[in-house]
Amino acid sequence: MEATVIPLPLPVLPEGWEAENNFKAIGKITQESAATQRTLEPVGPYFLAHARRARHKRTFSEDDRIQAQERAKKVEDNDDGEISEPEDPMMLQREAKDWKSQDHYKVLGLSKYRYKATEEQIKRAHRKKVLKHHPDKKAAAGRADDDNFFKCIQKATEVLLDPIKRRQFDSVDEEADVEPPTKKQLAKGDFYKQWSKVFKSEARFSKVHPVPTFGGEDAAQEDVENFYNFWYNFDSWRTFEYLDEDVPDDNENRDQKRHMERKNANARKKKKAEDNARLRKILDDCSAGDERIKRFRQAASAAKNKKRFEREAAEKKAAEDARLKKEAEAQAAKEAEEKAKADRDASKKAKEAAKNAVKKNKRVLRGSVKDANYFAGEGDASAATIDAVLGDVELVQGKIDPDEIAALAGKLNGLKVADEIKGVWKAEVERLVGAGKIKDGEIKTLA
Amino acid sequence: MSDTGSKPGPEPSERTAIGITFGNSNSSIAYVVDDKAEVIANEDGDRQIPTILSYVDGDEYYGQQAKNFLVRNPKNTVAYFRDFLGKEFKSIDPTHNHASAHPEEAGETVSFTVQDKAGEEEGPSTLNVSEVATRYLRRLVGSASDYLGKKVTSAVVTVPTDFTDKQKAALVAAAAAADLEILQLISEPVAAVLAYDGRPEGKIEDKVIVVADLGGTRSDVAVVASRGGMYTVLATVHDYEFAGVALDKVLIDHFAKEFLKKNSSAKDPRENARSLAKLRLESESTKRALSLGNNASFSVESLSDGIDFASTINRLRYETIARTVFEGINRLVESAVKKAGLDVLDIDEVILSGGTSHTPRIATNLGYLFPQTTKILAPSTEVTALNPSEAEARGAALQASLIQDYEAEDINQSTHAAVTTVPHVGNAIGVISVNEAGEEVFVPIIPPETAVPARRTVHVSAPSGGDVLVKVVEGNTHIKVTQPEPKVKAPESKAAKVEDADEDGDDDSDFSDDDDEEEDEEEKREKVWKIGATLAEAGVKGVKKNGKVEVSITVGSDLSVIVTAREVGGKGGVRGTLAAASA
Ligand SMILES: Nc1ncnc2c1ncn2[C@@H]1O[C@H](COP(=O)(O)OP(=O)(O)O)[C@@H](O)[C@H]1O
Repeated sequence: MEATVIPLPLPVLPEGWEAENNFKAIGKITQESAATQRTLEPVGPYFLAHARRARHKRTFSEDDRIQAQERAKKVEDNDDGEISEPEDPMMLQREAKDWKSQDHYKVLGLSKYRYKATEEQIKRAHRKKVLKHHPDKKAAAGRADDDNFFKCIQKATEVLLDPIKRRQFDSVDEEADVEPPTKKQLAKGDFYKQWSKVFKSEARFSKVHPVPTFGGEDAAQEDVENFYNFWYNFDSWRTFEYLDEDVPDDNENRDQKRHMERKNANARKKKKAEDNARLRKILDDCSAGDERIKRFRQAASAAKNKKRFEREAAEKKAAEDARLKKEAEAQAAKEAEEKAKADRDASKKAKEAAKNAVKKNKRVLRGSVKDANYFAGEGDASAATIDAVLGDVELVQGKIDPDEIAALAGKLNGLKVADEIKGVWKAEVERLVGAGKIKDGEIKTLA
Repeated sequence: MSDTGSKPGPEPSERTAIGITFGNSNSSIAYVVDDKAEVIANEDGDRQIPTILSYVDGDEYYGQQAKNFLVRNPKNTVAYFRDFLGKEFKSIDPTHNHASAHPEEAGETVSFTVQDKAGEEEGPSTLNVSEVATRYLRRLVGSASDYLGKKVTSAVVTVPTDFTDKQKAALVAAAAAADLEILQLISEPVAAVLAYDGRPEGKIEDKVIVVADLGGTRSDVAVVASRGGMYTVLATVHDYEFAGVALDKVLIDHFAKEFLKKNSSAKDPRENARSLAKLRLESESTKRALSLGNNASFSVESLSDGIDFASTINRLRYETIARTVFEGINRLVESAVKKAGLDVLDIDEVILSGGTSHTPRIATNLGYLFPQTTKILAPSTEVTALNPSEAEARGAALQASLIQDYEAEDINQSTHAAVTTVPHVGNAIGVISVNEAGEEVFVPIIPPETAVPARRTVHVSAPSGGDVLVKVVEGNTHIKVTQPEPKVKAPESKAAKVEDADEDGDDDSDFSDDDDEEEDEEEKREKVWKIGATLAEAGVKGVKKNGKVEVSITVGSDLSVIVTAREVGGKGGVRGTLAAASA
């Protein structure tokens, strides 16, 4: 063969790629993982070339042949051992005209398989039955006209090989039904196994595949929910045409024909509705006894309760915290108020004390000039002098603050000698003049 | 073929060899002239020669003439006997022999009782099936010898893939008794493949082919891997329901019903053997006419109670009433692909072979089953297609001309299982390239199911030149499915359709094309290669700009691998070996 041209480019050699002779052996084709022995067809020029190379002057024996054939993968499967079941003598007596009521699978020996039988199995089973029951063979054995069961076989095959007719038959194939387990059975056997079988059989009607399986005791909640969701919304192809009453085939009785058709259509509808109801009941019964659902529900409600408790506790705690906080705040406010009041009282007392002190000190100041006889010497001081001195005392008092008054009073306290008293006053006046609080000469009597 | 106990065959130099298809319904003979296979017409001008013998007044008729006697002389006419060769009575299906000589139990084999000599005093003869086959083959070979002007001595004969060794031995013996040397028995589907590959314009490619051999009494489908001109059958299915006679039956019932409607007092022609035989013959020729034209007539003199009957049918109507059979054929082909472990996307070609494959609807339906890229080789879909009735005979003739110069023992040794049974690689082997998006992709060089030893060479472009990496890896495919945007209410309408189809099934309304009514978005399926285990790396350095690299991979019969890589037109190159896996 010519070399094929591949337009897509090769990758660039990675940086630093190095190998001896530019080749790295990495893997191997292994017989087990990657190669099968198969039989080449000994046909065509290319095979001849292959044979020439393969033989290479060698001669092969019969033993070689058998060995080689055993190794080769088999393509033909003539084995139909799987399709064999004893034929019920009653069944062999069947009349072909009663084909509607015949069990087509049983007729072909496929009772085990039913809706699961593949088209190939049906064909093989049919063939097997034909080989056995063909009327011409019976005629050869001296039993002429014995073709009733053969016709049953033909009818069975006709139905089962036509996908539409087969569905119609499968729809009403009660042999494939698995009855829901009774309470008694459930009490004895495994709940999941028994129901599993029921749903496996019902699943044959599903338009949608794959159908979720029932699962076992430890199935995950999600899977169980999926399962019930799927089945409560089951989309079924099941139909009931097969149970139709025969519609007259002639043209004369048109009215009757139409009547029958309508009747059949209604019957189908009714049966379909009944079937839906049946499935619903199965689901209700099954889910009612499904411990998993109870478990999930309990788990869910436990989880819900736990949440509620947690929520309530949290709320309580929050309320308590709020109350405590409020109390603490109230307390603090009260304390602050009390303190403020105390402060106010204290400062009021202090002010009063200071006022009293100032009054007392002022009395000392005034007393000092009286003690000094108003600086009038030995005689009585005139009213004008007294007035002027006291006026100046007043003036000085007005210029200084209580502390200075106190200080001044301190200096004057206990002094009896007029000059000493005068000296103190004089110093004070000078201090005030120096501080610019009094103008020089403004105070006459005390300077 | 070795233990037939017959006298030694002719010397290779004295042989005249032809190809024969020896069918259950029809047989053909073919010969190679100037490297081209031709199917030979017999003295009646037939290339499809009914596999039937008939005896009238001591004269033996075969082919179409014998077939015509099914009406007037059914008891002395032997038909549908090929499948009985090498079988016991209990394992044969006599269904199709009901309207001709009946098979009988005869010890280990099957026999027919016919009046084959003239004169009542002679009495009937009981012929076992080997004798019948011998007589028939003698006639067939006689026709070929007459045509070629020299005695045909040898033949390659096609047989179904499920023919057992016992059946093959019986056939070889029956031929030997007719003085015919069987060079080789080859399987029918492979003969059809060879007929295509062996055409002068045929090209050898790696491909997977489905051969649908749709005959009269059976349909056989084979999936064949064609690798470098060598063929491996991957899977086969056989079916006895959906074949030519089932289509005849559809027309028989259709016209019988129509006849009864028009002649309400007449007897059902299906209940009288002779009327049924007439119906059957005419139905078959109407069916064949419908493969060519859009209308066909049907006409039988004195069908029942002396009443003549004539009618017509159009193709659409035929396709409606035969739908079950056509659909069955599609399912059969699909099941073969599945059985081979493949997907319809893996199939490159579908060869339609056998008489029933002339039916246009069957080819069209198969076209719907496969992707657009799959070639459907049938007369109605591909102008270059071979005549489906002739493909296998041509293949047999090509094989005959290939091997006629070999000694019988040589042929025996070459077709020995020790030669034919070889390992086939399970995964593809290829290299990694870079696609437009800059991603690494697998490029197959040796496809899966290739027999070893095998060698393949490719040229891979290296547009920017420089140093490039040849990374040899295994690869396999998977099917990527992309769902369409979901459409509301789609399932509803589909369900309704199934029921409709059912109700329409038997009534007389013509097929409306409600198939096309809603263009349902279909899911998109594609075959994608996955990169598997790395086998080797090779570096090719200093490639010219716009250069090409030649990569060649050889897998030995011991599964060792030799890789060579070099620049096309450059000197030197890289060569490396992967040792065989220790067995
Ligand atoms: N042109 C045609 N159109 C449709 N069917 C055909 C045509 N030619 C032959 N057949 C049918 O093909 C069947 C025979 O096919 P063939 O391959 O010869 O059979 P077999 O493999 O059984 O010997 C018969 O049923 C015949 O009616």
